Amino acid sequence: MNFNFSVDNLMNSLPIMGKGMLGIFAVTVVIILVVTVLNKVTSGKKKQ
Amino acid sequence: MEILYENILAIEWKMVVMWIIGGLLIFLAIKKDMEPTLLLPMGFGAILVNLPHSGAAEVVNRLFDIGIDNGELMPLILFIGIGAMIDFTPLLSNPKYMIFGAAAQFGIFFTLCLASFFGYSLNDAASIAIIGAADGPTSIFVAQVLKSNYLPAIMVAAYSYMALVPIVQPPIIKLCTTKKERLIRMDDTSKPVSRTTKILFPIITTIIVGLVAPDAVALIGFLMFGNLIRECGVLNSLSETAQKVLANLITIFLGITIASRMTAEEFIRLDTIIILCLGLVAFVFDTFGGIMIAKIMNIFLKKKINPMIGAAGISAFPMSSRVVHKMGLAEDNQNFLLMHAVGVNVSGQIASVIAGGLILAIVG
Repeated sequence: MNFNFSVDNLMNSLPIMGKGMLGIFAVTVVIILVVTVLNKVTSGKKKQ
Repeated sequence: MEILYENILAIEWKMVVMWIIGGLLIFLAIKKDMEPTLLLPMGFGAILVNLPHSGAAEVVNRLFDIGIDNGELMPLILFIGIGAMIDFTPLLSNPKYMIFGAAAQFGIFFTLCLASFFGYSLNDAASIAIIGAADGPTSIFVAQVLKSNYLPAIMVAAYSYMALVPIVQPPIIKLCTTKKERLIRMDDTSKPVSRTTKILFPIITTIIVGLVAPDAVALIGFLMFGNLIRECGVLNSLSETAQKVLANLITIFLGITIASRMTAEEFIRLDTIIILCLGLVAFVFDTFGGIMIAKIMNIFLKKKINPMIGAAGISAFPMSSRVVHKMGLAEDNQNFLLMHAVGVNVSGQIASVIAGGLILAIVG
């Protein structure tokens, strides 16, 4: 690899960071909501 | 005698360096008990493939073609074992812990930007960044799908740093937290979790991640399949086999297969050192991300969270949660953070796979 510090590459990758982190948080929130609902719905059943 | 002479003359200095690296990996595995199931075969394999005119190289290469190059089978099968090992109860009991797991993937995307800045192609930068998933199979899967040119260094870095979590994380945690924050006590707030929830969780999570990042559904799917075997309650023998025999067998072969790419020509180059450094950056900023989200949450919460537990979101299960627990006890011997840290730690396992999937969806 030839070292080629590239601000352009950096600027192009910043939106990926934004999309990636946003995506993780979005999926996480959906999973949290689903687990919360599951816990509520099944809380009356026999506990493990 | 002539052949012996010929072979000795064929030894190159790079090969000797690889023998030393192999020896170091074996030393770490045996003496320091660092990921021995993986580092030992990797170390031995590194010596094996770097002998002059090594006849083993072809065999190990065949293993690589079958187990990794052809559909990433080994990392995926290993995920069944890992899924069977993980008890998601602490997470299901406190689902908000998933936020820490998500935040602790920050290092992946930070490193992606940094590697891009250093001039790596987007595919290589993303493959290097995924070292921050702190999850060997995910790193191998993503780097292989993205056809990275740096697979050996990525694999070695991913597994080495996982083993080095107890050394890497504590200074970062101390640097990012005040003594007062480290002393925050956390009560046991866990609630009972029904069997139905435990069974439905792996299925629903697979569906959600599959819809968001179809390319990564194999990763999360195999992990959750392993967990379903564990939680269904009717396959206990299979679950035990997956956790122990299957996981150990695959890890041994994975280790020696990874070594097939540790030939002197492929491994001894400046890029390897840079990738090892970037991997470290990923781990550091993962830890930073997890701690910072806890600090931000503390601004709004009445009942404060010990921000150290955010560091456990790095995935590396269960080392990271143990590190946090030990650090909590070192500050206050009555502060038991283990269950909280384990909850965050297993959430990190899921979040790292989601991160891998998103990287494939965005970059791939």
